Amino acid sequence: MSANPHAAHGHGEIEMPHATMRDYVIGFVLSVILTAIPFWLVMTMPLSAGVTGAIIMGFAVVQIVVHMVFFLHMTPKAEGGWSLTSLVFTVIVVVIMLAGSLWVMHHLNTNMMPMPHEPTSQIESAAP
Amino acid sequence: MSAKTLTADEAVQFYDLDEHAHPEGHSTMLGFWIYLMSDCLIFAILFACYAVLGGSYAAGPAPKDLFDLKLIALNTAMLLFSSITYGFAVLQMQQGKVKGVQIWLAITGLFGLAFLGIELYEFHHLIEIGATPQRSAFLSAFFTLVGTHGLHVTFGIIWLVTLMVQLSKHGLIAANKRRVMCLSMFWHFLDVVWIGVFTFVYLMGVLR
Repeated sequence: MSANPHAAHGHGEIEMPHATMRDYVIGFVLSVILTAIPFWLVMTMPLSAGVTGAIIMGFAVVQIVVHMVFFLHMTPKAEGGWSLTSLVFTVIVVVIMLAGSLWVMHHLNTNMMPMPHEPTSQIESAAP
Repeated sequence: MSAKTLTADEAVQFYDLDEHAHPEGHSTMLGFWIYLMSDCLIFAILFACYAVLGGSYAAGPAPKDLFDLKLIALNTAMLLFSSITYGFAVLQMQQGKVKGVQIWLAITGLFGLAFLGIELYEFHHLIEIGATPQRSAFLSAFFTLVGTHGLHVTFGIIWLVTLMVQLSKHGLIAANKRRVMCLSMFWHFLDVVWIGVFTFVYLMGVLR
């Protein structure tokens, strides 16, 4: 951080997050690792599909946090806490929307789809 | 009417009636962040669509038949490199070096163009082998989600070029610094969305 980030306040200058080389390098190295491992896991498949899926989803969440902290300079104090507040609100809405859509549509599919023992070959052969 | 005197148990109250200084653009960063959050909702809806429709192949090709992970890895690398080169541009800006900002912005733009080129090559290849958005619900959802991200990158590059022109005309004035930081947020945000795309669409698709 610079000596006094608030020094410029009220003098026509605006407050901006202070980036450092260290932040970007750490963020980049972590991102490369967190990207390379999922690709390697899926391309070589040393584990079962279920375990691999769980691991790569976990890596994605961690990498998103890494990007938020090191590239987007998210801190609880940024913009007096309003950045984090809006982020938390968005995450809540996104989780409700994703989980809700999947839940509802899964039930819809289970109840509305043709039964598995019915012949589906007619439908398939009708496709171009 | 000044006869009223203060007694000891009456607390003295002060009111701050003066206008505070509101420097131009002091709320731009927060406003832009809130815009990004709303953009996040757009992508969340498209991800939800893909999650629901991603398994509806209509007896057509599945992700396993279509996706070339080596190409996606290359694409991801391009976007990741462009993220750190944008970071270098921001660092140059903090040191007040307008030329350094321009150079790193140009390099970021080239990485962005490489990303777009690879993505368009992939789309062209898919459409050529008949995996068009009309083929199945899976492909409609796929093209909408990945295409929307690609459009964002396209507009990011247009903004980047505009910013380079503004920088060469006016130098590192306060407004341009603000613009550099806003595009920085936009650019890194697109990289965050891409993490979701390559994990959820490509890697999980191949696993399916």
